[in-house]
Amino acid sequence: MDVAELSTVLVWGATTAYAIALVAFSLDLARRADVLGQKRVAALAAASADGAADGAAEGAAEGAAVEGAGLVRVGRAGRVTLDRPGTATGPGGYAPGRALAIAMSTTTLGFLLHVVGTVLRGVAAGRVPWANMYEFALVGSLAAVATFLVLCRRHDVRFLGSLVLGLVVVALGLGLTAFYVPAAGVEPALQSYWLVIHVSIATIASGMFAVSAAASVLQLLKDSWENSSPALVHPRWALLESLPSARALEALAFRITAVGFVLWTFTVMAGAVWAEHAWGRYWGWDPKEVWSFVVWVVYAAYLHARTTRGWSGRRASWFVLAGFATVVFNFTGVNLLLHGRHSYSGLDTGA
Amino acid sequence: MSQEPRSGPADRVDPGYRSTAPVLPELGARGTLRWVWRQLTSMRVALMLLMTLAVVAVPGSMFPQRPQDPASVAGYLRDNPVSGPWLDRLGFFDVYASVWFSAVYLLLFISLVGCILPRLWVHVRAWGARPPRAPRRFERFEVNDELDTVAPPDAVITAASAALTSGAGARLRGFRVDTTTEADGGRTLAAERGHLRESGNILFHLALVGLLVAVASGQLLHYRGQAIVVEGRGFANSPSDYDTFETGSGFRAASLVPFSLTLDRFTAEFDARSRPTDFRAAVTLREPGAADRTDVIEVNTPLDAGGAKVYLQGNGYAPQVTVRDADGNVAFAGAVPFLPKDAAYRSEGVVKVPDVTSGDQLGFAGSLLPTAVAADGGFYSAFPQPGNPLLVLQVWRGDLGLNTGIPQNVYQLDTSGMTQVTGPDGAPVTVLVQPGETVELPDGLGTFTFDALPRFAAFDLRYDPSLPWAAGFAAAALVGLAVSLFTPRRRLWLRVSAGEGARAGRTVVAGAALARTDDVGLAAELDRVLDAIRTLDEGQDGWTSPS
Repeated sequence: MDVAELSTVLVWGATTAYAIALVAFSLDLARRADVLGQKRVAALAAASADGAADGAAEGAAEGAAVEGAGLVRVGRAGRVTLDRPGTATGPGGYAPGRALAIAMSTTTLGFLLHVVGTVLRGVAAGRVPWANMYEFALVGSLAAVATFLVLCRRHDVRFLGSLVLGLVVVALGLGLTAFYVPAAGVEPALQSYWLVIHVSIATIASGMFAVSAAASVLQLLKDSWENSSPALVHPRWALLESLPSARALEALAFRITAVGFVLWTFTVMAGAVWAEHAWGRYWGWDPKEVWSFVVWVVYAAYLHARTTRGWSGRRASWFVLAGFATVVFNFTGVNLLLHGRHSYSGLDTGA
Repeated sequence: MSQEPRSGPADRVDPGYRSTAPVLPELGARGTLRWVWRQLTSMRVALMLLMTLAVVAVPGSMFPQRPQDPASVAGYLRDNPVSGPWLDRLGFFDVYASVWFSAVYLLLFISLVGCILPRLWVHVRAWGARPPRAPRRFERFEVNDELDTVAPPDAVITAASAALTSGAGARLRGFRVDTTTEADGGRTLAAERGHLRESGNILFHLALVGLLVAVASGQLLHYRGQAIVVEGRGFANSPSDYDTFETGSGFRAASLVPFSLTLDRFTAEFDARSRPTDFRAAVTLREPGAADRTDVIEVNTPLDAGGAKVYLQGNGYAPQVTVRDADGNVAFAGAVPFLPKDAAYRSEGVVKVPDVTSGDQLGFAGSLLPTAVAADGGFYSAFPQPGNPLLVLQVWRGDLGLNTGIPQNVYQLDTSGMTQVTGPDGAPVTVLVQPGETVELPDGLGTFTFDALPRFAAFDLRYDPSLPWAAGFAAAALVGLAVSLFTPRRRLWLRVSAGEGARAGRTVVAGAALARTDDVGLAAELDRVLDAIRTLDEGQDGWTSPS
């Protein structure tokens, strides 16, 4: 087995570990739904016993109120801060169990395999390992897992695990099956130190946008929960109680997006410098340039929406999701469907 | 346009962006104008314009664009005779110069300037602003704390000030600290950091305006020429020497430095799958008033010449051929660039021979195959290097149409005045010739010699004096953006008073902190200051209780 094959085997190993972690994270979510759903059913029973007398009663949970259908919901006022790692019980009185511990250790194992596999890919190709779509998927998902693990060291954001790893497993699976090309050198246009700078930062930024999109999805769900959305009446949605407040999730999504946005700004600028070196113009509205611009503008709109009356909070978070959709299209659609000078998928798409 | 939300959703309004709460405009033109201006510079409209900009940029990636790829636009118009002309009229084939795209970004920039200038004014006036005084009640702040210590109030204030303004990272935090003595003798400390946040925000937006101006002036002043140069030949930096030459409307001929460039040798390397791994153009540059110098141009390393840059944009083969006419005179001798059409450099081109001593003009059209392999009665190229070069040409005779005054494509034969030369069986004649060979043309038309196979390089020369400006403004925008997003804006207050009751004889320190954004580091900042005060209790024997 040569280095290139070893790299591929390790990436398959990492994908498998991530898939196991994904299952464990999902089991943890199911357990949250069970534990908190039962609590809620019990609280409902207690509330209807009391509530029958005076029509409205205080629920067991802090700030909880019994509403029309007798549902117990935590009030809108939520904390901005996230729990520190190692906190025994999180919001909603949920104590994490063994599934979450297994999920975290398999994620870490997968991450280590992923790092070694990526490094060996670079060794096999004799260059940095980010020059075709398979390698973009490899490094982008590595950045997403790294962002997740770094966040986990500082705050208890393990609830993000199933969404982040879901995206990562899909990205790696597509990479290994649909985008895979053997390790090789690169054409003259890519032989530049800008390949190291521009593409790595672009890929890391994309990974961060993936994590912020995951946080925004949870923010929207939690916000609906806090506002007693009729779509979330099933007791299992009580798992949302174990998540931080929508405001804390918004703050989390914003912080990751802000870092990603600065990195993306740098990506676009570094790309312009490289284009000036290689193609003789810094901006030529190549499809990749157009979509990088669109990504930048959508996230810029997000930052402005956050500060605009009537657009902050829930509405602003849709921009994060729209932004991530443009990031995904920029990676897949532009590389595979549109023909431009960034045709570096390494696949024969007839370009 | 900033990235600062306020603490509550209800009051998230920027000072520069006026509220768009429904206010009836005053009657009259002035009032209407003012109302339009307020709308335009409102954050909400800026947000709409940003979203619109994202949407209107997309068609440029979906439809072929005339500046980048005019041939594809022509093809689209041919294939879509009904919708094509309408899309053309609406600017879909030159989106980024269209009225609607320009309108959106110009309105956005007007909105930006209208928003940022008042903010700049406010920011400059508040440049040396002192921190706001300590509020009465600290309990209403989300982050507040209290401790008592044996250290006297002055020592507490000194320690807290030191914790805020000295030590590692103090300059970076940039706290401004004021201390006062209140009427009841209590001491207070008010501190504020994060003034750079707004500075960064304003810098970012002004730098974007600068970038737009730099790009626009580059469009005005630039010139760009493209030349295909065969090994051993060269070109001079003069409009007539380029195959294509275009300038901005503010171009001055003085910016055209008369240098000349010779392509000494071009080398290309490929891997086993015909993928290029290296292109190098060895050149000699002659600049006025300077000694000749040799240099190498590669894809990622342009050459600086006469204030402009010369880029390597393409390459291929230019077969060196000699055509003798029926009388045996040399009617044509030269290297003719053939344009590569696939990864193995199957290249297409034409040889036009107008200067025959007698009889019809001759035209040759066909392919060059660097490594020719016979298959299915034809030939293909198996590899881009010249392993087994072969010219496969059809022969035409008649009038090349060069005297009509209409510019011709040098890579295409206008066969409208010509007939294809056929063999005795009536089938078109195909001339196959390898380097060093001479073949007799049919019908006694003469001979065709394939002398050698030099390569050509396609150079692109661009002069744009705005580049350093654009780069500078882009860098300033990036710095401003990072500062405005990552500088926390925090206020911190302490009230130091003599303890009463159970804490008589001790000093009570109450602290509170407030951030303008959801700020996870806020509580830690207050803790850091209070911890500095707590250390005063260690080895405090020297302190005397305040009386």
